[in-house]
Amino acid sequence: MIWQQLQSLAGSYPLALRGLGMTVVLSLISLVLGTLLGFGLGILRTGGNRLIDSLIGAWVDLIRGTPFLVQIFLIFFILPEFGIELDAFTAGIIALTNLAACFICEIVVAGIRSVPTGQVEAALASGLSRWQRMRQVVLPQAMRIVLPPLVGQYVLLIKDSSVVSAIGLTDLTRVGWLVVQRVPNGLLVFFLVGVGYFIVCYPLIMLARRLERRMGAAHGEVQL
Amino acid sequence: MLENFSFRTIVEYLPLFGQGLVTTVWLSALSFVGALIVGIVLCAMNLQRGWLFRAPAKAYIDAVRATPLLAQLYFLYFGLPRLGFVLPELVVGILALSLNSGAYIAEIIRAGILSIPRGQVEASVASGMTYVQRMRLVVLPQAFKVTIPPLLGQAIVLVKDSALLSLISVSELTRAGQLLASDRFMPAEGFLTIAAFYLLLYYGLKGLAGLSSRWLGTAGART
Repeated sequence: MIWQQLQSLAGSYPLALRGLGMTVVLSLISLVLGTLLGFGLGILRTGGNRLIDSLIGAWVDLIRGTPFLVQIFLIFFILPEFGIELDAFTAGIIALTNLAACFICEIVVAGIRSVPTGQVEAALASGLSRWQRMRQVVLPQAMRIVLPPLVGQYVLLIKDSSVVSAIGLTDLTRVGWLVVQRVPNGLLVFFLVGVGYFIVCYPLIMLARRLERRMGAAHGEVQL
Repeated sequence: MLENFSFRTIVEYLPLFGQGLVTTVWLSALSFVGALIVGIVLCAMNLQRGWLFRAPAKAYIDAVRATPLLAQLYFLYFGLPRLGFVLPELVVGILALSLNSGAYIAEIIRAGILSIPRGQVEASVASGMTYVQRMRLVVLPQAFKVTIPPLLGQAIVLVKDSALLSLISVSELTRAGQLLASDRFMPAEGFLTIAAFYLLLYYGLKGLAGLSSRWLGTAGART
């Protein structure tokens, strides 16, 4: 019984690899795009323009206030009504990138606001341009605050990528769902799926913790 | 474009959405209570000195945090019958949400307790307080204040996570949207409506979080 199941599972090995590959590719693409977009939005938000600030803030709130599953359904089923034809992969990338960008935007804003105003004033007094000020003075100091939650956000992104299985993308979770129809041992199948995610996520969680400790220590804070 | 957007259909389906909203609210509330219990137990285990309780608690928390909720949900949904527990989807869903959020809540409570300065504990030891008095009169009241805002944040996450239960056909809010989308081929009406309902819940909880931190903040300043 269990032997047959193991044999059958071994037969699903290529499928599982493809699923893991899909999860990694989805997460990686939206991670890169989301980080770029998130930093852009965060810098825009702290630029001093009230209108832009509140527009981005409203969008971020909309995304933070609705379940990711609903966002995927909205993108996948409604964008075509506006004449934009999407396959599931593109819809997944758009949804994940948007989600990541919104959360990263908030992290970047918090980081930029943590830089003392004296630093910005000094940069102004030294005659640095707006771009130089951001790139050479503010961002390097903000990164200390930004980095630990940023890595934590990447873990969330990888985990959230499992939700795109709902629109039929064969990622790791979907593979588990497919395999469990043939091999009726949910415990074993989804334990293995969990192991797949754990291998990808756990090193990142450890990295986030280490960064948090290092950055905290660099800040001269008391460690508990 | 959405020129055929039908408010009439939304109104027609409003009772279904209402039921879904009510289900989402009470199953989230129930899961949150379950998660608090799981979180407190895990946190108590995690704060022990010996590894006997600590190691399993740490392993559980790490395992939950490093895997997606959807995989955990399927693990229980397809796995429990295998162990002889044939439970309704709703119960499986509440169980999954409690077990998942519990791991995060354990960390929130731990951070709250560890945020109490050592001096406070030492002072209460010097005053001759017992362990229970120390916890009840000194540590927990202060830790409580620190944990309430992040706990409400976790409640927001839990409400949003409950949308995944629609994938094991629990008839909550997202499921109501899916029904409208598939019955009438009106995904825009279905999903935009439920998004609005979720936003309602989100802003409610967010307002509560703001209020609580302001209230707790002033309460702290007064003492």
